[in-house]
Amino acid sequence: MAAPQSFLWTRRIVLTLLAGFVLLPVYVMVSSSLKPLQDVSGKFQWIPSTVTVQPYFDIWKTVPLAKYFVNSLIVAVSATVLSVTIAVFAAYAVSRYAFRGKRVFTVTVLSTQMFPGILFLLPLFLIFVNIGSSTGVALYGSRGGLILTYLTFSLPFSIWMLIGYFDSIPRDLDEAAKVDGCGPVGALFRVVVPAAVPGIVAVSVYSFMTAWGEVLFASVMTNDATRTLSVGLQGYATQNDVYWNQVMAASLVVSVPIVVGFLLLQRYLVAGLTAGAVK
Amino acid sequence: MTATATSPEAGTPATGGTSRGTGGARRRLPRIPDRIRRGGLPYLLLLPAVLLELLIHIVPMVIGIVMSFRQLTQFFINNWGAAPWTGLDNYRIAVDFDAPIGEALLHSFLVTCVFTFFSVGFAWLLGTAAAILLQESFRGRGILRAVFLVPYALPVYAAVITWAFMFQRDNGLINHVLHDQLGITDEPSFWLIGDNSIYTLIIVSVWKGWPFAFLMLMAGLQNIPRELYEAASIDGAGIWQQIRRITLPSLRPVNQVLVLVLFLWTFNDFNTPYVLFGKSAPESADLISIHIYQSSFVTWNFGTGSAMSVLLLLFLLLVTAVYLFLTSRGRKGSDV
Repeated sequence: MAAPQSFLWTRRIVLTLLAGFVLLPVYVMVSSSLKPLQDVSGKFQWIPSTVTVQPYFDIWKTVPLAKYFVNSLIVAVSATVLSVTIAVFAAYAVSRYAFRGKRVFTVTVLSTQMFPGILFLLPLFLIFVNIGSSTGVALYGSRGGLILTYLTFSLPFSIWMLIGYFDSIPRDLDEAAKVDGCGPVGALFRVVVPAAVPGIVAVSVYSFMTAWGEVLFASVMTNDATRTLSVGLQGYATQNDVYWNQVMAASLVVSVPIVVGFLLLQRYLVAGLTAGAVK
Repeated sequence: MTATATSPEAGTPATGGTSRGTGGARRRLPRIPDRIRRGGLPYLLLLPAVLLELLIHIVPMVIGIVMSFRQLTQFFINNWGAAPWTGLDNYRIAVDFDAPIGEALLHSFLVTCVFTFFSVGFAWLLGTAAAILLQESFRGRGILRAVFLVPYALPVYAAVITWAFMFQRDNGLINHVLHDQLGITDEPSFWLIGDNSIYTLIIVSVWKGWPFAFLMLMAGLQNIPRELYEAASIDGAGIWQQIRRITLPSLRPVNQVLVLVLFLWTFNDFNTPYVLFGKSAPESADLISIHIYQSSFVTWNFGTGSAMSVLLLLFLLLVTAVYLFLTSRGRKGSDV
């Protein structure tokens, strides 16, 4: 069916404007990262008058960016693996069994998802500090402590999404597996998990990206040794000057792997959302 | 007794799962082990999740509520149990709108409401437009779809820090365009301090938030059967009519989830204002999460900070409950 001109023009105009809006900061990030410091400190230039790749070398020296990178990676990967693994078991139980307390559990999970991070930040901070002062276990400032706090948002989201996804997988599949000699856990790993790969990928992508971009917990719960990228990038601002070209170069360096990974996996995300959240 | 009861179960795990209807299991086994086996497994599967939920959500929440009844200042951080009990004092301070702390909280709450309304509204609007316009396939659709997801994929601080750079007064792009190139403003404006900050915050928040709406709605569009459009097309409905009569109504269930999720995320957003403005936001853009953070970690008054958190939580619960009630009532008529 041929769409009318009015529709085609609306489509062209709206989509062009949206693309411009979306890409504007990306252009600024890329172009400013290639300018010398005096150019980014002066009037903005659409076209850089001098192009240099020096900022890409300087970023590693101005702040310990590589260390922050590793910290972010460890924290985000651990939080993702931990929350998704635990959520798979929990979601399977909720999706496939009737048991006492099921409603309490799902309502708790659903409601904790909506609570603001600031609500947990204060008590967790105090718990960590008090555990440290009474037992000597240094949770406050450690990567392990930060990983735990990241579960506050990734675990409920993962459980909630996976329940929806597992519900969309026909029960006959795992019943058949049980007939063929699988136990319930065998059925989970041989049948349900493989069938739920898009949902599991979607949940993992979400958990990883939220952990990678998290600022609130990271700014309170880390120290010099465990600082993640989200806080470490502030190091390019000194008392007198902000090294904007280096800020932009560093932002680009930490973004590229995430954006590429996300764009490769985004099909799964749509598929995961379709079954998990949008029913 | 126990040995005979468990051994057939353990030896043949397959029959335990499949013998739901047959009398075989009942004949040989007492009923209790079977019930425990069936009843125990879900709890075992849930155990790690329940333990963690307790550790990261339930216990902190209880402590947070207890903290809100105590005068918890920096002197008691290492031993918060010793902080003096003050009853409802923290709450009284938080909601005393004539005194500075209460007045600031109320102001911050209202700012957050305005911010959330516009931010969610625009994010939803852009997401809906993009999802619908990208529904039909055309050349460049795949690329645009990827481009539109970039703000969602970019780490929050990297994206927001770039916006902060663009909104710099002297070397930013926004003032360069508005003042130097178009001459709209008489002199370069401040965007990150003063009254303009709320606009800055909304723009950045919409930029960051609308791709999620786009993603959800795109997923929702895939559930609309093609036949509906074909039937409408045969009946002579144009594309605009199809959008109004088929696409938008079909998206209603998605929108109900989407608007609630966007509301909660936007209302609680900390990352955007924190990266844009730092530890204390300008008055016109003083979002509630930053406000509580500031009262707790900058002025070190954890007691009032906790009381504010609890009040915020009660408000969010109330809004969610009312919203769910309204949307579920609207849905009662249909078969969903």
